[in-house]
Amino acid sequence: MQCRRGEHSQPPLQHRRWTSVARVRARRELVAIPAWNESGSIADVVTKVREHRPQADILVVNDGSTDDTAQLAEQAGAAVVSLPFNVGVGGAMRTAFLYAKRHGYRAMVQVDADGQHDPADLNRVLDGLDSADVVVGTRFHPNSMYFVGGPRRWAMILLSKTLSRMNHGTISDPTSGFRSAGPRAIDLFAVDYPAEYLGDTVGSLSIAIRNGLVVSETPVTMYFRQTGRPSKNALWSALYLGRASLAIIATSLKRTYTSRGDSA
Amino acid sequence: MTAQILGILAALITFVFVFSLLRRGILQEKYAVLWLFFSGAVLFFAVFPSALIWICSIIGVAQPVNLLFFVTMVLLVLVAVQLSYELSRHEVRIRRLAEEVALLDRQLKEIQVERDGE
Repeated sequence: MQCRRGEHSQPPLQHRRWTSVARVRARRELVAIPAWNESGSIADVVTKVREHRPQADILVVNDGSTDDTAQLAEQAGAAVVSLPFNVGVGGAMRTAFLYAKRHGYRAMVQVDADGQHDPADLNRVLDGLDSADVVVGTRFHPNSMYFVGGPRRWAMILLSKTLSRMNHGTISDPTSGFRSAGPRAIDLFAVDYPAEYLGDTVGSLSIAIRNGLVVSETPVTMYFRQTGRPSKNALWSALYLGRASLAIIATSLKRTYTSRGDSA
Repeated sequence: MTAQILGILAALITFVFVFSLLRRGILQEKYAVLWLFFSGAVLFFAVFPSALIWICSIIGVAQPVNLLFFVTMVLLVLVAVQLSYELSRHEVRIRRLAEEVALLDRQLKEIQVERDGE
């Protein structure tokens, strides 16, 4: 038993399961959906993702849900990884990156479980990986129906300017959670993915840029969340900007990974 | 005189309390040592206030009480920083463990499904 296992770099089970898929497709893809108590929308999101990107595997990271999110996701045809308690989007995403790395996926795309992201854009976000390590789906483009106003808009513009400068290329929507990662980004994020608020969006981009990854963007459609969001006023925007700046500064001070790899 | 007795009492109570926590294995040595040192120092200066006055005269602090407050504050801040450090480290480790548990759980289920299929 033991010597048989030694022949494989991956656990034998996964190896067997995916060989047929790997033979057909050059780049194995994973759609990662972090979900925390999303029983109302998760099945729909998984079904739509399968419709629009049938060749991709789907992983739902159940972030300590107390409802039946996990069962519904499984029934809809996704693989489910369940965290023992809620760790936040950042922690859930790192779990997904670890999973992607260990199972040898070459591309991973993050989609929200609340139906905010349109799976019809999956192809665009994933195809962008041909010329970049990270592709961010941006809400801000001429045809977008997404509107942000007031202080919140200024905060977002300031963030976008800062990261675009760091990146030497436009990142108009750094807080977007609709994004994809290529093999180099998967390796990096499996080791280092920030768990703090805004770290998973803004902070992770800053980490990617600092480690020399190529970040690009592509326009996507985003819907307003169905459930009510608290109103965003000036104070909220100031706090938001402060926390985002902290996320950027904290990740900018971090050491970079010159030899990326096996520590995960 | 009253202040002296108060100081001695406080130091002794802290010492006994920390020591009993240590003995019962609730407190770890690395934290206990700090508090024991703390109460020891308080006890020393409560018994020999002249020592405090002597130190003050050497480094040029007019009021011995000020030196006491200053040193106490610095020590407490250091303790707070140490605790934040330990807490951050543990948070990262716990999250890491949660991630591993989730992935292992998934793997276990896959193996079970595989077994049942054979």
